Amino acid sequence: MPLTAEEVRHIARLARLGVTDAEVARLREQLSTILEHFEVLNAIDTEGVPPTTQSFDLANIERDDVSRPSATHADVLANAPRTEGSYIRVRRVLE
Amino acid sequence: MERMTTTATTKYEVVVGLEVHVQIKTQSKMFCGCSSAYFDAEPNSHVCPVCMGMPGMLPVINRRAVEATVLTGLALGCTIPPRSKFDRKNYPYPDLMKGYQISQYDQPLCLGGGLQVEADLGARFIRLERIHLEEDTARLLHREEAHGEGYSLLDVNRSGVPLMEIVSQPDIRSAAEAGVYLRMLRQTLRYIEVSDADMEKGSFRCDANVSLRPVGQEEYGTKVEVKNMNSFRAVQRAIETEIDRQTAILHAGGRIEQETRGYIDATGETASQRSKEQAHDYRYFPEPDLPPIAIAAEHVEALRATLPELPDARRARLEAQYSLAFADAHLLTETRTEAEAFEEAAVLVNVGITDAAAQQARTRAVAHWVIGDVARLRRAEGGGERDWSEIALTPSHIAELVTLTESGTITGTTAKEVLDIVFATGQSPVAIVAERGLGQVRDDAEIDRVASEVIAANPKAVSDYQGGKPSAIQFLVGQVMRQLRGRADANTAAEALRRHLDG
Repeated sequence: MPLTAEEVRHIARLARLGVTDAEVARLREQLSTILEHFEVLNAIDTEGVPPTTQSFDLANIERDDVSRPSATHADVLANAPRTEGSYIRVRRVLE
Repeated sequence: MERMTTTATTKYEVVVGLEVHVQIKTQSKMFCGCSSAYFDAEPNSHVCPVCMGMPGMLPVINRRAVEATVLTGLALGCTIPPRSKFDRKNYPYPDLMKGYQISQYDQPLCLGGGLQVEADLGARFIRLERIHLEEDTARLLHREEAHGEGYSLLDVNRSGVPLMEIVSQPDIRSAAEAGVYLRMLRQTLRYIEVSDADMEKGSFRCDANVSLRPVGQEEYGTKVEVKNMNSFRAVQRAIETEIDRQTAILHAGGRIEQETRGYIDATGETASQRSKEQAHDYRYFPEPDLPPIAIAAEHVEALRATLPELPDARRARLEAQYSLAFADAHLLTETRTEAEAFEEAAVLVNVGITDAAAQQARTRAVAHWVIGDVARLRRAEGGGERDWSEIALTPSHIAELVTLTESGTITGTTAKEVLDIVFATGQSPVAIVAERGLGQVRDDAEIDRVASEVIAANPKAVSDYQGGKPSAIQFLVGQVMRQLRGRADANTAAEALRRHLDG
């Protein structure tokens, strides 16, 4: 079942991507093909199989609560598009 | 009582659930070694590639944060499932450096539990749903250009500070009950020393889900989430306001819209922040960068063994052990440091005292100093309440003060004066009494001399007394005490006066 155009737009919005109508049409096709591929897996009976959340058999990888020096101020602000004093300045986003 | 609220035809029941975010007191952040002491720090000075959300960086779990959360769960009667894991909660906002928050979705560290509260609806048990562990977000400050355009300033220091979310069941039935629940929660968190739990500093934050339903109906009404409260008073007021707003809508035959509303402190009102039309789509999935947490039963028990005596238990023990009234024991256990100071002084004051009645009198005297004048002095300056660790007065000073009073070395009036000096200087009461000559005047001849002076200087009061107004003697006693700077026993002074006047 192919995705609707609205679903594609929703996914794009969540990923903060702007899409044209032509792209929506193309992505409907491509995303649907990917989803169909996963449908193959859905055919397998997984009754009684616990969901896998990790591919390594590890647990409790933790560290002690010790603080160490942070990055320098210059490094932290180096990639900021704009700064103001010690702050990073961003466009206003209000929910 | 706000339990019921009525419209023309239907009675409504208030349903409130609280989500409390608590910053855990740690040295370092949740997933990296940056210092978590962000408060008052230079903006963006406690930041590294991990908490900055740089690509390819890997988080590592802070063990202390996990243990503090489990400890909190144990203090609140939760069960600790043997396995727990972290998940990614995806949403785009500039305060979220990675575009997702590492949180816990379906396998939190703690489940169930609750708090026994007593407010306007009597004693009730408020169940908890869960406690999970996550990371705090960066701090955004909203600014405006001179020409009016808005922008935001970002301080990443808070990003990654360990945060636990304590979620109650929708069991709360009034604003007052919400207030009591929050105060008890804060008290417990402070007792077990997992957080400063300071609302004004943002280490204890509360969102309230408020809804109404017709009395007798099982199904919940549409809930509204209220945010932005930065004091206990604000939480109570916001809930009250929201109850009134929803009641008015239902009364007018309207429907409650599911939304988030922000509380405005200046007006006490709430305003819509975002409608759920564009519902959040968090797309939770297991955090691939973090292996799960397995907590063995022995580890849980080892942590449980480190729990201190909790407020309710301590209050009950103090009542029994020191024969204290409920109200006094309640005040003495308000904070752990207060309870510890009291008990330390109560032990010291009774060293070498074998008589049970004398012990009890001394212990009660200690209690009254602690919850009376000492509490007053701790509150006096600057509005806030200073903790025992922040004052010059020690429990042994109180024990000394009580011993000096009980032995008759100083009077009760002098004791208050001495306490003020101890509080200001940290000098010991014994030294203050010796240095300033504050010992009680027990020389009867001295009191007698002052009594005759006072009689000579106050003919009006004397004639009143002798003319049949026995209460006039109180004034004369006061004058004697004043002359002696409170260092005499009032009864002794009255006796001396009567000897002259009646004789």
